[in-house]
Amino acid sequence: MSTLEAPTIATNAREITFSQAIREALAEEMRRDPTVFIIGEDVAEAGTPFKVLLGLVDEFGTQRVIDSPISEPGFCGMGVGAAMTGMRPVVDIMFGDFLGLVMDQIANQAAKIHYMSGGKLNVPIVFRTSLGATRRAGAQHSQSLQAWPSHIPGLKVVLPSTPYDAKGLMKTAIRDNNPVVFIEDKMLQQTKGPVPEVEYSLPFGVADIKLSGEDITLVATSSMVQVALGAADRLASLGIHAEVIDPRTTVPLDTETLIRSAQKTGRAIVLDEGYQRYGVTAELAAVIAEGAFYYLDAPVKRMGAMDVPVPFSPVLEDLTVPTIESLTEMAKTLCGRA
Amino acid sequence: MPERDVTVPIFPRVDLDDDPAYGKIDIEQWLHMYEQMLKIHHFEEAVNDLYKSARMPGLAHLYSGEEAVAVGVCEALNPDDTITSTHRGHGHCLAKGAQVDRMFAELLGKAAGYCKGKGGSMHIADPETGNLGANAIVGGGGGIATGAALSAKMRGTSQVSVCFFGDGAMGQGVLYEVMNMAALWKLPVIYVCENNHYSEYTVSSEVNAGKLKARPQAFGIPVKEVDGQDVRQVYTTAMRLVAAARRGEGPAFLICDTYRYYGHHVGDVNRTYYRPKEEEQAWHTQHDPIHLMSDWLCSARSIQASLLDEIEQKVISEITAGVEFAEKAPFPQPDEVDQDVYA
Repeated sequence: MSTLEAPTIATNAREITFSQAIREALAEEMRRDPTVFIIGEDVAEAGTPFKVLLGLVDEFGTQRVIDSPISEPGFCGMGVGAAMTGMRPVVDIMFGDFLGLVMDQIANQAAKIHYMSGGKLNVPIVFRTSLGATRRAGAQHSQSLQAWPSHIPGLKVVLPSTPYDAKGLMKTAIRDNNPVVFIEDKMLQQTKGPVPEVEYSLPFGVADIKLSGEDITLVATSSMVQVALGAADRLASLGIHAEVIDPRTTVPLDTETLIRSAQKTGRAIVLDEGYQRYGVTAELAAVIAEGAFYYLDAPVKRMGAMDVPVPFSPVLEDLTVPTIESLTEMAKTLCGRA
Repeated sequence: MPERDVTVPIFPRVDLDDDPAYGKIDIEQWLHMYEQMLKIHHFEEAVNDLYKSARMPGLAHLYSGEEAVAVGVCEALNPDDTITSTHRGHGHCLAKGAQVDRMFAELLGKAAGYCKGKGGSMHIADPETGNLGANAIVGGGGGIATGAALSAKMRGTSQVSVCFFGDGAMGQGVLYEVMNMAALWKLPVIYVCENNHYSEYTVSSEVNAGKLKARPQAFGIPVKEVDGQDVRQVYTTAMRLVAAARRGEGPAFLICDTYRYYGHHVGDVNRTYYRPKEEEQAWHTQHDPIHLMSDWLCSARSIQASLLDEIEQKVISEITAGVEFAEKAPFPQPDEVDQDVYA
């Protein structure tokens, strides 16, 4: 299916929350395509603990918004089977941490079935899940595990950072004929942004330049885009003009936009809320280092979550994630302005 | 090896001829089942030969000894009913209608194989015959088969889904999760447990507590236990369970008592440390599914032994031609390696 031409944000835009944007995308696709359905824990009347799906069951009924038992591997596996036989499930994995429970269904089943069958079976499924610390939720409800699915061939991985991106990318995810892992930042759900009234979708593998600049490139995903924009604001007051790039999907990855920006600015910092070690930042930094090596004035730096289980105490938890302050300091150092 | 009895289970004689449904099955269908079992038997013998003569890459898990289970169950299905299979899956694929030549081609990693040589022995899938794929994760078909049943129900078809797995898969938690949902939502899925008494290299009694049948029963799923070496029992029981599922009565669980003639895989040759030779011999001589069927065909249905020989010769020719086709078939082109990663 071809991607509808994306209207600019200014076209007929209203301000809606990230949650509303996701809900609109789901509702529109469920109206358009009777094979789309939702399954997961507390998705129907409860609308999930984050209330993202609130109201969908009223329109589509419990046959298409299915409350499951607390059996993540079971309902993820059933989603895979349903996807192989003519349905388009959107499977709700409440917390990204629960990927630990379902990686066999996602990585060994969903991701490989198309290839192992020589291209004869498709698995058009969306695994919706979440990421993000600083909610005081402890080590098992706070991780950002996007590196895991990004590592597995056969999966696509989406990390929206605005309501506009969330809606457009969710529509593309549902229409995609491959398994898509769609990861939403819990902290972003109530943030507002402009979203056009008219229908649109956004292509995968196209990075978005959230802010243009020429002195340093800040590549940021999901929750880290706001951090990058905040730091860019502070840097601007020091006369450092940062370019903020959001890849929007780690797979497929728009390597060209990342490399081109780093070639222009000569400096790059990569941010992602996943653990830094062996993480998304490592991959993106390597892409830039390989592609822009002769243009770089400084080593590519990266900022991920600290390599510790996310602690509960607010004082400790806040130390584990990149912040506007820590990014600003690193950017100043990289630009020789510390 | 831990101390234990070496016995073949005693199967009560079941007089199927008294069953009214059973009387309607014509002789052609029984002969077809006999042929299908022979096909699986000779297919697996050829696979073992290919392995031993180093003409096949990798390993394979042979279905020999369990032929009556796949044939009896698949014979009760429509072409558009779906199955999920296991690492020991050749029998299921053939019984659901796969062709011998393209299966051998897949086993040899050839482009003409069912999966273009990208799947191999443990991953043969053939949507055209309703085969959603063999699965190399033990119990890996549980979610898929139950999801296919959910899909059939949502799409309003009368399709039934069958999930094949062994007693070893009874250790996988995901099976219990999906059985719970299948029972809650009355999904048209039949869980077929091929109880061959060994979980890889370990006797089942060392790894399974309690009674297998008690587990699905806990979810309110009806359970039938049959002699999995008797294709007539498997077929007639499967027919009833499939019909009930098709009527919307929900899932069922079928335990087939059976035996794996070879080891866990073709390379598992010296296996007396976990399984006595006497036990293997007893199953072969006293309870072979193909002999049980040929004896019945000759004695109860007055089939001439010469007709059975004819069927066997036809099957052997098909297998020989299939191996020849596969060995001559070209390997995939190198540029195939990164094709089909994404749809």
